[in-house]
Amino acid sequence: MSVLVFVESRIGSIKKQSLEAVTYAKYIADNTSSDVKALIIGTISSEELSKLALYGASKIINVSSETWQKHDSRRYAQLVTEVAEKENCNVVLFAHSNMGKALAPRVAVRMKAGFVPNVLALPESNNPLILRKKSYNGAAFQKVKVNSSNAVLSINPNVCGLKESPVSVNVEKYEPTTPAPADTIIENVDVTTGKVILTEASIVVSGGRGMKSGENWKPIEELAEVLGAGLACSRPVSDEGWRSHEEHVGQTGKIIAPDLYIAIGISGAIQHIGGISGSKVIVAIDKDKDAPIFKYADYGIVGDAFEVLPRLIESAKKFKNS
Amino acid sequence: MKVLVCIGHVPDTTTKIRFDAEMKNLDKTGVQWVINPWDELALTRALELKEKSGGLIEKVSVITVGKADVEPTIRKALAIGADDAFRVDAEPLDSYTIAAQIANVAKTEAFDIVFAGIESSDFNSAAVGSMIAEFMDIPSVSAISFFDIENGKIIIKRDIDGGKETITINTPFVAIVQKGICINPRIAAMRGIMMARTKPIKVYTPVETEVLTELVGFEIPAPKAECKMIAPEDTDKLFELLHGEAKVI
Ligand SMILES: Cc1cc2nc3c(=O)[nH]c(=O)nc-3n(C[C@H](O)[C@H](O)[C@H](O)COP(=O)(O)OP(=O)(O)OC[C@H]3O[C@@H](n4cnc5c(N)ncnc54)[C@H](O)[C@@H]3O)c2cc1C
Ligand SMILES: Nc1ncnc2c1ncn2[C@@H]1O[C@H](COP(=O)(O)O)[C@@H](O)[C@H]1O
Repeated sequence: MSVLVFVESRIGSIKKQSLEAVTYAKYIADNTSSDVKALIIGTISSEELSKLALYGASKIINVSSETWQKHDSRRYAQLVTEVAEKENCNVVLFAHSNMGKALAPRVAVRMKAGFVPNVLALPESNNPLILRKKSYNGAAFQKVKVNSSNAVLSINPNVCGLKESPVSVNVEKYEPTTPAPADTIIENVDVTTGKVILTEASIVVSGGRGMKSGENWKPIEELAEVLGAGLACSRPVSDEGWRSHEEHVGQTGKIIAPDLYIAIGISGAIQHIGGISGSKVIVAIDKDKDAPIFKYADYGIVGDAFEVLPRLIESAKKFKNS
Repeated sequence: MKVLVCIGHVPDTTTKIRFDAEMKNLDKTGVQWVINPWDELALTRALELKEKSGGLIEKVSVITVGKADVEPTIRKALAIGADDAFRVDAEPLDSYTIAAQIANVAKTEAFDIVFAGIESSDFNSAAVGSMIAEFMDIPSVSAISFFDIENGKIIIKRDIDGGKETITINTPFVAIVQKGICINPRIAAMRGIMMARTKPIKVYTPVETEVLTELVGFEIPAPKAECKMIAPEDTDKLFELLHGEAKVI
């Protein structure tokens, strides 16, 4: 038996969250004397594919035919199940991303597999699998035991990080027997260019109502630029139209889990925290020393954002140049 | 065309989450129950579409899997404007069993579009919508931030990692929605509340399903270590710590 990872890529490069899923899979495999296989759709260079072996995948199944490039949840789920069967995999892992959320539940039903999504920690037990997942917007972990022989999991970012575990790899080009995607007709694709993609950013700089108005965003943008960070905001900021809805994070916005989240003028309402609590490190800047955000932050600065931001930008530049 | 909207019954987001002594069940004392926020948006959009569809959408129904205690939440959805409701009389144990029950009703009652929210605020599984579609073997579209019907043609925008796709699709399918689907959720008016009292709630007995996972219990995350305070004049220090101590830059 093997562990299969569905690996995502964008413009030919493998997503970090998928490499983390491979790391997670390798952990399960090592503890159950099995191995890790990876399924990847797209035209990917062999150099890029070798990253999968670096983190422990000893077989790569690559579907590169043009007809399979467009995302279709039903057909992709059929494909994953077909490959899991062919490769004798009883555990299938996904990144808990937009794509993972669309596919993993379907694969679980097809494989009659115990499903644990939104996994937040390494397994408590490998056989049977016992896992901690998010619940109540982060207020509690649900500890779930898989009682079936098949399991499907989707893994959050920053759960186990990346751990090298090089193995030799065998790459197989695979042409699926499942009918190719056709359920949806894609009329237009609007690709975000030139900006750091918020849900994939490893650093995010975020502003709240404390910034007073949309015109005051320049220093936030500048700090993000110096750090190569994505931009986010609290809900009132997007409701007021100060920033685009695309940047709204929280329970009713995007859910993100960067390595570093810098919150500026955000009080830390529970609904906001629900969207960012998976961040590895949280920095808060707020003029109110009693703002709830400091209960969730690792590092804090009590001060006026308009005075602290220029200094932060200078320090960030200095750090980058050092 | 008949539309079914999945309605989760969840604690209000400001509720303090507590469990019983065994850490097995939510302590329900004092909990305010609400419609899962995404489902409220889905219902609002479904009603808007029905109103402008010129009869194309005949009715908008809602469904909740849960015991009788969820009925006030269902009544709320009826008061907002749903035409009728289904309740599957089963404990909502996990996404798999919830989806199996909803799929059974959707199939039996021949619904053309099933709406689900992207994530519930109790289980946070982001699973039920896609699972319903797989049980029914129909397409699903996830992360929808725009949904319209023009001259009978369905137009959807969905978020893909790094952009948006505009797509068209034929019914039946499951639409999994998120922010953007409508601006503000509709609120029940007095008239709606009165009318909701007489709208039918059809109760389904659950179908048998396999139970593939088991809840061992809940755990409260360990409190975070005290926040390290840095003087506002000393921003260099912050980057030193982020680099040397936290190792995130
Ligand atoms: C169902 C529901 C869902 C919700 N979903 C979300 C969600 O997804 N995301 C979300 O963000 N919110 C959400 N909210 C709203 C949430 O409850 C809060 O109202 C919101 O997060 C507050 O945003 P804020 O922190 O920017 O503003 P505020 O709470 O007003 O905080 C502003 C902060 O800025 C500080 N400040 C002011 N001036 C300065 C200055 N010059 N320098 C430094 N600091 C300053 C203040 O001390 C304060 O702490 C939701 C609410 C509900 C009811
Ligand atoms: N008990 C339930 N009854 C009806 N619909 C539900 C139920 N639980 C979840 N859903 C639907 O499934 C969506 C996703 O929930 P989840 O998979 O738990 O994150 C919710 O937004 C609802 O639309």
